Amino acid sequence: MSVLVNKNTKLIIQGITGGAGSFHAKLMMEYGTQVVAGVTPGRGGTLFADKVPVFDTVAEAVRATGANASVIYVPPAFAADAILEAADAGLPLVVCITEGIPILDMVTVKHALKGSKTRLIGPNCPGVITPGECKIGIMPGHIHLPGHVGVVSRSGTLTYEAVGQLTALGIGQSTCIGIGGDPINGTNFIDCLDLFNQDPNTHGIIMIGEIGGSAEEEAAEWAQSNMTKPIAGFIAGATAPAGKRMGHAGAIIAGGKGTAAAKFAAMKAAGIHITHDPSMIAATLKLAMA
Amino acid sequence: MDCYKRRTSTCFPFSCETPVKIHEFQAKALFRKYGIPVPRGIIAKTPDEARDAALKIGGTVVVKAQIHAGGRGKGSLRENPSVHGVKVVKTPEDAAAFAASLLGNHLITHQTGPEGQQVKQILVEEASNIATELYAGVVLDRDTSRVAFIVSTEGGMDIEKVAEETPELIMTERIDPATGMKPYHGRKIAKALGLEGQTASQAAKLFAGLYTMFTATDASLVEVNPLVITAEGEVKALDAKVTFDANALFRHPEIQELRDIDEEDPKETEAHDAGLSYVALEGSIGCLVNGAGLAMATMDSIKNAGGSPSNFLDVGGGATEAQVTQAFKIILADPNVKAILVNIFAGIAKCDVIANGVVGAAREVGLAVPLVVRLEGTNVDLGKKILAESGLAITPAGDMHDAAKKVVAAATGRSVS
Repeated sequence: MSVLVNKNTKLIIQGITGGAGSFHAKLMMEYGTQVVAGVTPGRGGTLFADKVPVFDTVAEAVRATGANASVIYVPPAFAADAILEAADAGLPLVVCITEGIPILDMVTVKHALKGSKTRLIGPNCPGVITPGECKIGIMPGHIHLPGHVGVVSRSGTLTYEAVGQLTALGIGQSTCIGIGGDPINGTNFIDCLDLFNQDPNTHGIIMIGEIGGSAEEEAAEWAQSNMTKPIAGFIAGATAPAGKRMGHAGAIIAGGKGTAAAKFAAMKAAGIHITHDPSMIAATLKLAMA
Repeated sequence: MDCYKRRTSTCFPFSCETPVKIHEFQAKALFRKYGIPVPRGIIAKTPDEARDAALKIGGTVVVKAQIHAGGRGKGSLRENPSVHGVKVVKTPEDAAAFAASLLGNHLITHQTGPEGQQVKQILVEEASNIATELYAGVVLDRDTSRVAFIVSTEGGMDIEKVAEETPELIMTERIDPATGMKPYHGRKIAKALGLEGQTASQAAKLFAGLYTMFTATDASLVEVNPLVITAEGEVKALDAKVTFDANALFRHPEIQELRDIDEEDPKETEAHDAGLSYVALEGSIGCLVNGAGLAMATMDSIKNAGGSPSNFLDVGGGATEAQVTQAFKIILADPNVKAILVNIFAGIAKCDVIANGVVGAAREVGLAVPLVVRLEGTNVDLGKKILAESGLAITPAGDMHDAAKKVVAAATGRSVS
């Protein structure tokens, strides 16, 4: 068991013939992900890596292959269109890796997806992985270990850091989800905590937030009254100055809101096991689960 | 209309992106284009031009320094602290004299930093007969993923302070993207501000213009502070602050042209051009990290160990040798840097490649400060071997905590437990 993706996930890659798309398509296939089709408008009828059929549209790819998930590697100017096309084709899971999508495009996408059966992960995220079964995205597969800890994070490499720590301690992961660093994302902390809470194979959770917005505070409040499993939490950006964007579009303290201190405090008040030392994230969860 | 929630994440008055800024006179030109009333004004680059402008406008005029920062009225000149950035003058000669005192000098406000920003042009505007001052801003509301109006009867004030001290005086109206802004939204906002009759309909029209402009230009902030009602009952945008979503600039060449590179931090611009994300800070320890979250966590570790980071620098998830070299150059251009910490989690990239990049870059820039390197991930042993055999004085570190302790010790000359 796991959440979102497993060995039965059949994946479409939107932008499979592009630089990032083709590079990561090969890595996902090597990992064992069932990549059933690619989509690049104008390249329909060709084969990627001599075996994956490429289609002009997502709808055709879904019809021909029975795919149930898509990952998007198209440039920012076309990414919103790609997300909407995947939703229109009825895919239940769409993972958008693309960074730098105009924010008003995401306002439209977020509204269009409301009430649809499509769950969007990202954008501007490393993707989703169920170790040993299915890797969708850009994360390094080999640092993961199958197991019982769910990881949810707004960051990429900081997630790898936490996963690396878990694996070094011999603690495996059920599923790791990068929800992305943009101010508007498809899936938030609460959605992921809820999934992990319902998954019998997940026994504990690592939640990694960062400055900006109030998603962590809301998740902490929700967790307090709903979660039955231990959570270890870390927030990046305690030293970040106000009013300056820290790499991610969403990582900014604005109008005194979104500070690491406020997020740590909300997590602590909700019974989440916090650590201020990013090298102790996995150890903190281990202690909480003991 | 909802009352302002204390824990709202609505981004104001800053945007959610490091925004693309423009000058007030440019923002007002856009306002005119979208039918938003603004005072008559002329831009001047010399005292003579200021005199001519004042003569042309006639009567009492307002002279305003044009720099990319708020708080200009309260701000003062570095060269002469008794001079502020905005002044009401009665004659063309006074306009010329005030322009002469501003031009070429540096205006310091709470948003510029201690160096201030050089004043290269000034805006000469007709004075308005102000009866009421209001506040209106259009921003993205992160909580609801919608464009939202934030308005207040407390115009002309520092709106962050109003939000902090009297949140009940701030109202928010979120716009459903499916319908866009409708006339009733404008009427509702005008009513919330206590406006009536002809004034209310004028204001509603102005709000519609702000929304159209926000969405049509991919703005990240449109702020009018103050929005005034004149003694004659006219509604006018007395000030204008507009910033844009940098990610959407590709579809707005007309806004790209409005950028004033002189107003931007040259190191941040240089880093951006090299595909790096860099933010200058006040401390003494340079950081070079791959990934934004890990970069912030590295800064936090340095602070936990008793040190202070001199920058945020994300070389991206990949990190090539060329990027690492460029990153070293940018970090070392800061004279406050006493030591550097490189923290790379090589996922798709390989540690041996990164190690070669670090060694090559350190040689090329002639590194004169202590360097602590923490590598983790693919081919980590090979990477560590390359660093050890490089002949360079590189201190290897185990985890992030260890790395932070070592770099703080190197920067301060004392050991850290």
